[in-house]
Amino acid sequence: MENILNALVVLANFVLIPGLAYGSQIALGALGITLIYSILRFAHFAHGDIMAFGTAFVIFGTWGLQYLGISFGPLPTALLALPLGIAVIILYLLTADRLVYRFYRRVKAKPMIFVMASLGVMFVTNGLTRLLIGPGERRFDDGQRFIIGVRDFREWTGLAEGLALRGSQVITVVVALIAMGLLFWFLNRTKSGKSMRAYSDNEDLALLSGINPDRVVWITWAIAGTLMVLAGTLYGLDKSYRPFTYFMLLLPFFAAAIVGGLGSPIGAIVGGYIVAFAEMGITYAWRRFFSHLLPDEWMPAGLMQVLPVDYKFAVTFGILVVVLIFRPTGIFRGKTL
Amino acid sequence: MIRVEDLHKHFGGFHAVDGASLEIAEGSITGLIGPNGAGKTTLFNVIAGVLPPTSGKVFMAGEDITGLAPHELFAKGLLRTFQIAHEFHSMTVRENLMMVPPRQSGEDLWSAWFQRKRVRLEEEEIRRRADDVLKFLTIDHIADQKAGQISGGQKKLLELGRTMMTDAKVVFLDEVGAGVNRTLLNTIADAIVRLNQERGYTFVVIEHDMDFIGRICNPVICMAEGKVLAEGTLDEIKANEQVIEAYLGTGLKNKVVKEVGHV
Ligand SMILES: Nc1ncnc2c1ncn2[C@@H]1O[C@H](COP(=O)(O)OP(=O)(O)OP(=O)(O)O)[C@@H](O)[C@H]1O
Ligand SMILES: [Mg+2]
Repeated sequence: MENILNALVVLANFVLIPGLAYGSQIALGALGITLIYSILRFAHFAHGDIMAFGTAFVIFGTWGLQYLGISFGPLPTALLALPLGIAVIILYLLTADRLVYRFYRRVKAKPMIFVMASLGVMFVTNGLTRLLIGPGERRFDDGQRFIIGVRDFREWTGLAEGLALRGSQVITVVVALIAMGLLFWFLNRTKSGKSMRAYSDNEDLALLSGINPDRVVWITWAIAGTLMVLAGTLYGLDKSYRPFTYFMLLLPFFAAAIVGGLGSPIGAIVGGYIVAFAEMGITYAWRRFFSHLLPDEWMPAGLMQVLPVDYKFAVTFGILVVVLIFRPTGIFRGKTL
Repeated sequence: MIRVEDLHKHFGGFHAVDGASLEIAEGSITGLIGPNGAGKTTLFNVIAGVLPPTSGKVFMAGEDITGLAPHELFAKGLLRTFQIAHEFHSMTVRENLMMVPPRQSGEDLWSAWFQRKRVRLEEEEIRRRADDVLKFLTIDHIADQKAGQISGGQKKLLELGRTMMTDAKVVFLDEVGAGVNRTLLNTIADAIVRLNQERGYTFVVIEHDMDFIGRICNPVICMAEGKVLAEGTLDEIKANEQVIEAYLGTGLKNKVVKEVGHV
C-alpha cells in the first residue's frame, strides 16, 4: 500500500502537477490561436513573440511596484501588473491590425498572405522585445514560493517520497480556469460573443445581419491579447522568462489548437493538456515511479525514459503529424467557434 | 425608395451588370425577372454592399448609399436574402433569428454582466418575436434544431424569417420561393403582401416562378445581359418583344414556355 502511495506521489510531483500547470499555459495560448484562426481566418505566427513582448511589460510593472514597495501579500506582484501588460498588448495588436492586417482584409487577401504578414509582425515584435528587455533570462516570481514543501509533506504523511506544490502552479491553474470560464460565458451568453460566433460561422450572413465586422475584429484582438499576456505571465512565473523560449512555445500552441480542432475553444483546452501531458510523460524518467511498484529484480537497467527532455518538442511535433495524418480536423472538428 | 443609376459591375472582362438604371417605388412589391445569368443576383449584391460597383450609383431615399458596408445598410433598414440560403449552421434556428435585431443591450459587457435582468427581459422579448416568426412560417417545430441540419426549403424560409425580425424599410428577396413547395410558396406570398401592407416594407423580389410574380408583384422589371430591358405590369412584360428575344436568345426556348408562359 505504502508503495503504491509513494509511486502516486512521485507521479503527482513530477508529471501530474507540472503537467496541469504547463497544460493550462498551453491551453491559454492555443485558445488565442484558435480564436484568431476562426475569426480573422489565419494562423497567427506572432503569437509567441507578442506574448513575450506583453510579459516584458508585466515584468516592468512588477519591478515598478516592487520599487514602490507595493506587494500582493503571498501572491506574486506580477498579478497586479497584469492590467498594464494587457493594456499595452491590446493597443499593440490594434495598432498592428490597423497598420498591417486591415489592408489585407480590405483587399480580401488569401490566408497565406496573412500568415506571412504575421511573420513580419513577429520579427518586428521580437526586435522590440530584445531592445526593451534583452534576450536574457528574467525571474520575476515573488510572493510565497511553496504551498506545500517536500519536507513538510514527508513529515505529514510519513511517506518516503515528497511532494511539492508551488504557488505559481496553483495560480496558473486557477487563473486559467477563471479565464476559460469567462471566455465561454462571453462566447455563449452575451450578444457580442454570439456575434463573434456568427461572424466565424458565416461572414457574409453576419454582415447582412447587421453585425459590425470592425467591432468583431476589435474584440477578437482584445481577447486574444488578454489570453497572450495571461499565458506569458503564468509561464514566466512558473518557469522563467526568456523571449526565445516564448517563441518556441509556438509549436505546442499550434499543436494543441490543431489536435483539439482549429477553431474550437474546447478543443484548444483539451489539446493543451494532451500536449502537455504527452511531453511530460514521454520525457519523464519513469524509473523512480516503477521502483516503488516492481520488485528490484524486475527493474530494467535504464532510466525508463522514452526520450530525453531535450526532445520534448519532438513529441509535440510527432503528435501534430499523427493528428494531421489521421484526423486533420482534430478531436472536436474545428473551423467555427 | 431605391434608385440605381447606370450601375456597372465587371468581373475581369465580363460585364455582369452593364449599365443598369432602375427605380423602386416606396411601398411597392417590385418583381425582378430575367434569364439565368442576367445579373439579377449581382445587382442585389452591389446594392446590398456585398460587392463594390465598378461604376454607377445607388440611392436610398435620396441618400447616396453606394459602397456602404452591409452592416451600415442594415442599420438604414436595407435587408436582403441569399439565393443560396446562408445560415449560422452551429446555432439553432431560433438563435439564427435572434441574431438579427440590432442594438441589443447584451452587446456591451457592462450590461451583459451587471444588468442581467434587463438583458434577459429583452432577450425573452426577442425570443418571443422569433417564435412568432417561426410559427408564421410554419417551421416552429424545428426551432431548436441546428440550422446546419434543416432542409434546403426550410433554410429558404429561415432566410425570409430573418427579414421579419427587425423593422426593415426595403427588403431584397433573391428567389425565396425556389425549392419550396406550392403550399408554402403561397404562405410566403401572403407573408410578403402582409408585411408590405401592415409594416410598409418595400420589396424587390427575384423569382423565376411567373405565377408567383404575377400574383404579388407590380411593377415587374426584366433584366438581361446586365441591362434593364423593360418595366411594367407582368402582362406588358410578357408582350414585350425584347423580353421574348432575351429569353429565346439564351437558347432556352422551353424556358419561355415555362416561365413567361404562352406569349
Ligand atoms: N463573383 C463572380 N465572379 C465572376 N463572375 C461572376 C461572379 N458572380 C456572378 N458572375 C457572373 O455574372 C453573371 C450574372 O450572374 P448572376 O448571379 O447575377 O445571375 P442571375 O441573374 O442571378 O442568374 P440566376 O437567375 O441563375 O440566379 C453570370 O454569368 C455569372 O457567371
Ligand atoms: Mg441569381
